[in-house]
Parts: sequence; structure tokens; C-alpha cells
Amino acid sequence: MKNCILAGVGGQGTVLASKLIAQTAMEAGKFARTAETIGMAQRGGSVVSHVRIGQTAEDVSSPMLPLGSADLLIGFEPAEAVRTLPYLKKGGAAVVSVKGVQPVTATLSGKSYDVSAMLSYLREQVPNLVEVDTEAICEACGSSKVANVALLGAAAACGALGLTVKEVEAALERRLPAKFLDMNRKALAQGAEAYQGANLK
Amino acid sequence: MAKELLMGNQAIAAGAIRAGVGVVAGYPGTPSTETLETVAARNPGDIYVEWSTNEKAALEVAAGAALSGVRSLVTMKQVGLNVASDPLMSLAYIGVKGGMVVLAADDPGPISSQTEQDTRQFAEFANLPVFDPSSPEEAYRMIQDAFEYSEKYGTPVLFRPTTRVCHGCASIDLDGQRKKPAAGNFEKDPKWVIFPKLSFQSHLKINARQPVLAEDFSGYWGNVLTPGSGKKGIAAGGVSWAYLKEAISLLGADCRLLKIGTSNPFPERLALEFLDGLDEVLVVEELSPVIERALVHLAGRKHLPVEIFGRQTGHITGAGENTVESVKKAVAEFLEISFEETAAAEPPALPVRPPVLCAGCPHRASFYAVKQAAKGVKSVFCGDIGCYTLGNAMPLDMVDTCLCMGAGITMAQGIRRAAPDTKTFAFVGDSTFFASGITGVVNAVYNETDMTLIVLDNSTTAMTGHQPHPGTGKTMMGEVTEKISIPKVLEAVGVKKVLTVNPLQLDQAIAAVREAMAEKGVSAVIFQSPCIAVVKPDRPVRVDTDKCVGCRKCIREIGCPALELDGKKVRVEPSACTGCGLCTQICPVSAIEKEE
Ligand code: SF4
Ligand code: SF4
Repeated sequence: MKNCILAGVGGQGTVLASKLIAQTAMEAGKFARTAETIGMAQRGGSVVSHVRIGQTAEDVSSPMLPLGSADLLIGFEPAEAVRTLPYLKKGGAAVVSVKGVQPVTATLSGKSYDVSAMLSYLREQVPNLVEVDTEAICEACGSSKVANVALLGAAAACGALGLTVKEVEAALERRLPAKFLDMNRKALAQGAEAYQGANLK
Repeated sequence: MAKELLMGNQAIAAGAIRAGVGVVAGYPGTPSTETLETVAARNPGDIYVEWSTNEKAALEVAAGAALSGVRSLVTMKQVGLNVASDPLMSLAYIGVKGGMVVLAADDPGPISSQTEQDTRQFAEFANLPVFDPSSPEEAYRMIQDAFEYSEKYGTPVLFRPTTRVCHGCASIDLDGQRKKPAAGNFEKDPKWVIFPKLSFQSHLKINARQPVLAEDFSGYWGNVLTPGSGKKGIAAGGVSWAYLKEAISLLGADCRLLKIGTSNPFPERLALEFLDGLDEVLVVEELSPVIERALVHLAGRKHLPVEIFGRQTGHITGAGENTVESVKKAVAEFLEISFEETAAAEPPALPVRPPVLCAGCPHRASFYAVKQAAKGVKSVFCGDIGCYTLGNAMPLDMVDTCLCMGAGITMAQGIRRAAPDTKTFAFVGDSTFFASGITGVVNAVYNETDMTLIVLDNSTTAMTGHQPHPGTGKTMMGEVTEKISIPKVLEAVGVKKVLTVNPLQLDQAIAAVREAMAEKGVSAVIFQSPCIAVVKPDRPVRVDTDKCVGCRKCIREIGCPALELDGKKVRVEPSACTGCGLCTQICPVSAIEKEE
């Protein structure tokens, strides 16, 4: 059984990423279950997706995973990664975008929240942390919309879900329109490289 | 067998198609919306699908089809059932010929709703059978059964999934042969015309039917008794059943379990088998203590020496959602099993992140224009249901009331009557205007109440994911139809001053509101600008750091999420900015400009 939690800000594409993971698992013959945040929170609020992969439906009854049970945390935003950290199990891996998204409430108060404090807390708490510079990857791929696929690349490469980059790429190919494919393949590959980079450290 | 990853709502749609549904109507509402959309997307060609103007209209369309012998489905969120309850209460007496399923999705939490009402209670109130799936895969099977039961017993049937079932995905086998929709034929019969005498006779029949149906449900696969050891048992329904199974396996516990998938009429024979010999029972459910009360009632009637715990006794949380953790804790305490609670390290203070209007949302400009125009005037701003409820957040702070669909328009009138020195504004979205806003406007015109109506026309039903409505000129069957013009409707019902303006032209927008405010009686400003999600964004704007004096007026006045602090100055996050240009009209030193 594998559990994965994805955390981000409404509009960052967590739903698509969690679907891709679930579909990749299904194509590998597994049973997959997800839970999504759909509704008001999609307008810039905190959103969380849960993905559970088992052999059969009985392995994973609850759509949301229990605390301390995630093999992998994919953080689309540092503070949101910290918020969902209690879901990560001991020894679990985390793939986190280093780019912070400032909530309007913080900007209004004149104090942006401290992104680096979130990142150092994550470094302290998670030995298997992969930091992904999604902003640089988006720039290199020429689209601000591929951050989620870059994170998926790192997630697949780190192996915590038992899915390979190749399998995710195949799922992407089946789902995305041809004109977006190249850009997304590139983002996936660069995300995977970010994992290799993290490993070398 | 085709295995697909389907969201609960998609699974319900697939099941309905397979069951031979012929007419599907509904009104968008989280968490129900994707059901109808999926029927439309997967329509084999012989199903009629519509977004109706509101839930009452949708239910009546479906009822007409069911009376003509065609299977029909009507979809809505739980509060939509309040709107549709008038026809449904009567239809319960009349009955149906073709199977009819009323899907009302409940929202424990609530996550995207005004209430935590429980449709299972509505089922008791209306004497209707109700199906309560615990997972997407179960929902797929249950919706098909719901049609069968509806036809077998000649009654509309309620189907109530909750958010976690609606918006959870699961691998599902789409097996077997699809039933073709029946050809409709309305056979005239006095039984379709409700009269007091007919209602009395129907009531007798319904009373006689309930125990038969309850007995039928006692053998239904959706209600399950799982044997276990000891003198304690646990009952659950809906998604709480999934949490319970997970909690039991995490704790390695063993006791007798009862799953209730149809709480009305209550499967008493099965429940008695469950209660037999037990000393204590814990009931795990969300929203109202429906199963708990049914068990207490049954135990009382049969003088069973069993104590029953649940929401009524505070053993299960009385509001909000259950989770695996909360259920695990309750079960461990109930079965006296010790377990280690996972203690987490203290994280740094996290930023709060409430939902906000999107960057570039035209509603931001509309609210800001009204705020500017009403400066210095004692005003109340009545809001309504939709994305624009988010206009309540700082710094706009432009929503003083929000109650239910369409209520802002009529509440503005009551406030004016009670406090005649107050200028009242009512904000309403285009979809809400058609759903239940028009009667409120007529009320104001007829009673000569002073108010200014602000229609936020963004050409879509944005909150629920961009559904078409009467003003968009598109139907769910993909046809282009006549757009119903909001200004013409307003003029036709007697609104004397109706102005249409683009809110992103700030000066003109403010001037229009001032002009409307000056009018006696009912006046209206229609802010027309499409939702950013339905049009291509413009090039982002940029802050010229040499010109920016760091006054932060842009942030303080409109709070667009694309505006960020950059030391003392302000920067625009290019990936978020849609280039709407509102901030460029607010900066006092013209430091924000369109990128070349
Ligand atoms: S133009 Fe200004 S107000 Fe409009 S989206 Fe961009 S930053 Fe926000
Ligand atoms: S309003 Fe203009 S000058 Fe003031 S902070 Fe914003 S961009 Fe700078």
C-alpha cells in the first residue's frame, strides 16, 4: 500500500497531479483512490489531495489517508507542505517547490510570511527532502503551468510511490493534448533531475 | 471489463446512464455538479440533459418525465433540496411511473455550503426511501438500484452522497450492458392530480408501504451485518463506514459491525439482529444522528438492555466531518483499546490562507467601484451565493449579508424598510439572478422600495466550475439558444434606471453607480466582464520600481493576489496577473503599467 498527499494553493494544479498519479498506478494494475478539495478553497485557499494505492479496494477504505501514513508528500508551496507534514510517516519522502505564494492576508498586513523558515523546518524534519526550483523549470519550459508536472517528475524519480518516470510520462501522453506534450515532457525530466541533484548533495 | 478512475459524481452518472436514465435535470452546486456534467459528456445520444434555472424547476422537469414513464435523475446540493422541497413533498404523495432519483449531495464540514443539513432526515420527513453510498464504487451500483426501487415501489427515491464520496476518485469496473431509456408516453389519469382526498389515500398507502420496504432493505446488499466478538457493536453509514473500517484495521479491533446504506425506511430486522445480545453500541455518522436515533427507537420499542452512544451523547463530534483519526479515537475509547497518538513537532507559525477572489477577477473591480461611489453614504451591501461572496474579505469588505440564493435582493428591501436612512445595495451574480433573483426585483418594484441592484454578470456560473445558464446562450445539449438579456428583463419588470458598464473601466463604473444611486425606487447597474477562467488572459502588468513610491495603495485598496511586497515596494507576480488593469487605475503615481 502506498499513500501520497499533495498540498498547495487553489489553482496550482494539485487535482491534475493527483489524478495522474492515480491513473499511472491503475495502469500498473493497482487499485487507486483519491480525495480532492473542490469548491470555495480552489480560489486561492489551501488545498489538499490524497492519493491511496493498494492491490484491492479493501486495502484502502478511507478516501483520506490517516495522519502519519504518507509515503510521499508533494508540496506545491513550502508553507502548505509544512501544514500537511503531520500526514507524512516516519522516514517518508517529501518533494517540495521552494517558491512561496504569499496569501493576500499576509501582504495586506505588510508582512510577507518567511518562506526560508518553512524550508529550514522541512529540512530539519524530513531527511528525504527533495527541493524543486519550480520557478526556474517553468521559465526553462516557457510556461508557468508546468510546475505540477515538474514536481511529479521529482516524485516519480525518488521512487517513494513505486512508479517510474517512464510510467508517468506514458500517463501524461494519454491525457494531454499533443501541443502541450513537449513542454510537459521537459518539465517532467527537469523535475526528475532535481531529485538526482538533491541526491548528490 | 473497463476499469476507469472515476470521481464519485462521475461514477453516479455512469451508473445512471447504465440504468437507462432518459431525462436528467439539475442546478449546479458543490459537491453535486459533476454528476450532470458527466451525463452530458458521456451521453450516448438518447438522454436529454439540462441545467435548469433552479432546483425546483429541475425537479419538476424530472417529475414530468417520470410521470411519462421515463427514468429521470435530478441533481443538486443539499440546500438546493430546500428550494425543490415544495414539488418533492407533493410528489411523494403522487408517486412516479418511471424511476426517479433525486440526488441531493450533503456537505459535512461544511466545506462549500451554508448548512450542515442531513438529507437522510429529509427522507424521513418526506417518507421517501434514501440511499447513502459509502464510496464511489458503491455509488455506482447503488444509483442503479435506486432506479429499480423507485420503479418497484412507484415512489421518487432520494440519493445522498456526501462530499468525500462525490469528490473522491476510485478505480471502478464499468461492467455490463446498458439499459436503453424507455420511450415516454404520458397516460392521463386522475392520480396525477393532487387533491386533499387523494393525499389522504396516498398517505395510507405510504404508511403501509414503509414496513414492506424496510423488510426489503433488511436484505439489501448495501446494508451489512459483519459478525465479531464481544458484547459491543459499532454501526456506521456513508463515508464514516470507510473511516470505521480503516480505524478497525489500524487498531486490530474485532467487534460486531453494522453498515447502514439505506436509513429510511430503517432496515429494522437487520438492525435487531445486530442489537441482539449487545450491551453497548457506538454509532459513527456525520451530520444528524439518524442511525443513532433509529437504533435508540428500536431498542426502546423492544425493551433491549443496550446503551447506545454517538453524536447525541457526545462520543462522536456533533458538527463537522469525521476522519480516520477521530473515528479511531472514538473506537479505541469505546472498545477500551490503548493506542499511541502521533505527536507532531511544533511547526513554525503558518500563514492563514482563506480563499480570495482570483487575480484579475472582474468582481474585485465591481465591488471597488461601488465602494468608491458609496463613500460617505450610510450603506448596507447585501451579498449572495457565488464567487462574489468572497467580496467580504479585506480589503474590499463589501458583503454585509449572505443568506441563501437570491436573498440579498429581498433582504436589502427589509433593511431599507426597517432603517429608512440606509441606502441598500444588493449584489447578485448572473446565474443567481436567473435562479431566484427576478422575483425579488419584482417585489421591490411592486412595493416601491428604494434599492440599487448590482448585477455581476461574468457570463458563467463560476463558483461551481463554469456551467452555462439562461444568459449565456448555450445549453447542456450543446445547442446555441437565445440569450436572455438581463437589462431587458429588468426593464420589463419596471426597473426605471438600468445601466450597463464594464467594471474594469473604473471611472465610468463609479459614475454609473453614482447615477443609479441617485434614482428613486429600484435602479440597477449591470457590471459586464467575463470571468477570467473563460477568457484568455491579457499580458501581465509591471511595476516600475523607479516610479513606485511604496505607498502600497494598490494592495490596501484592492488586495489582488498578484500584487506582492518586494521590500518597501510592490511587485506583480507575472504568472498570476491577468492584466486586468485595475491596479494601474489606482496607483497614484502611475507606477504600474502594461508590459510592452
Ligand atoms: S492588472 Fe493588477 S489588479 Fe489586475 S490581475 Fe494584474 S496585478 Fe491584479
Ligand atoms: S500604488 Fe503604486 S506607488 Fe503605491 S505601492 Fe502600489 S505600485 Fe507603488
